[in-house]
Amino acid sequence: MSFTGVMRPGHAAIRVLDMDESVTYYTERMGLMKTDEDDQGRVYLKAWDELDCFSIVLREADSPGIDYTGYKTFSRADMDELVGKLEDYGIDIEWIAEGELNNCGERARFQTPSGHSFELYSEKKQIGDGLGRTNPNPWPEGLKGMQVYRFDHVLLYGPNIIETTKIFTDVLGFDLTERVLTPEGEMNVTFVSCSNKAHDLAFVEYPEPNKLHHVSFMLMTWEEVLRAADLMSMHDISIDIGPTRHGITRGRTIYFFDPSGNRNEVFCGDYTWYPDREPITWTAEELGRAIFYHDRRLNENFLTVVT
Amino acid sequence: MVAEKFTIAIEDSDEAFTCSSDRNVLKAMEQLGRKGIPVGCRGGGCGVCRVQVVGDGRYRTGKMSREQVPVDDERQGICLACKLFPEADLRLKVLGRWQKHFITGMNPEAA
Ligand code: FES
Ligand SMILES: [Fe+2]
Repeated sequence: MSFTGVMRPGHAAIRVLDMDESVTYYTERMGLMKTDEDDQGRVYLKAWDELDCFSIVLREADSPGIDYTGYKTFSRADMDELVGKLEDYGIDIEWIAEGELNNCGERARFQTPSGHSFELYSEKKQIGDGLGRTNPNPWPEGLKGMQVYRFDHVLLYGPNIIETTKIFTDVLGFDLTERVLTPEGEMNVTFVSCSNKAHDLAFVEYPEPNKLHHVSFMLMTWEEVLRAADLMSMHDISIDIGPTRHGITRGRTIYFFDPSGNRNEVFCGDYTWYPDREPITWTAEELGRAIFYHDRRLNENFLTVVT
Repeated sequence: MVAEKFTIAIEDSDEAFTCSSDRNVLKAMEQLGRKGIPVGCRGGGCGVCRVQVVGDGRYRTGKMSREQVPVDDERQGICLACKLFPEADLRLKVLGRWQKHFITGMNPEAA
């Protein structure tokens, strides 16, 4: 088996202004399933095609945004090895006890120079997709709303993204898959992958630290993206842009907002990444096409609307 | 009960539109195809639609991001237009941060 180390984005902890409204949105509209709630009032959700018992944790707070993003390693030994490498690199680790999030093992939390919190963990209870691992059906009946398959990635805004990206590529074994270069040749947008997806995480250089641009969920087809957009109009969900295509990752996408103003994305159809590929470079003049392939220009909202 | 209609005027512009008491000001503006207040998330989270109610017009607000509207600001009539519901005619001053991020190569006007 050649797939070890960091496997995937395993959870995102999102702050919301109103829990009831948000749970309705993430379950009825997005199509996640509520799997748990803890004594702090945090709500745990998973997408149908995920086997682990949660991938999104909602916390009611007075400002929206993201608390942290967690990445699951293949094994505890892999996690310990990567934590050792982070410490050697000069990064402080805060250990979060097993069970602090229900049904999740010990987590190693660290901060990036962009101001964001990340975690590594290796254990989370698997509850399955309801289809089983023997002679399964292709999909479960009774799914709701947009019927997203999985939590896929986050795009984060903050300062020092070159240094931040280096932690993922030089220490944690991610590959740089795409980047945007300024006229001076500096990276100000980076996409990185820990798998053979086109991205598992992305950063945009921004003056304010610890900002969330979007939390993304995967669909399989363009028709499903269109259907998701229809549901947004049916339920008066705030649409940002799309359905359209990204130049970066080739993804077919729509951006929209949860009831607290956190941006979400559903997308399909990026390419398969292999580590023998050279990263794709976008130049500053073509940035419009890189972000929104059809509009071919940047909009203010992409650059300034964050939580 | 029929929702009352009020006039929303934007300071330093000729822009004015009507908004009923059960509709947020940003939505009323957008639905009438009017401009004046920047539109972002429409959910009280991003702060792009920050406005200040000038004068003594009465209004209600929904839940807004504290980071975008600290308590002191709220006392001075600052709020987010997407969470602002009029209970009288209102005059608004637009504060929305169309702040430019002149990160080289990231300026939409140049792109
Ligand atoms: S548009 Fe984002 S707070 Fe109103
Ligand atoms: Fe995305």
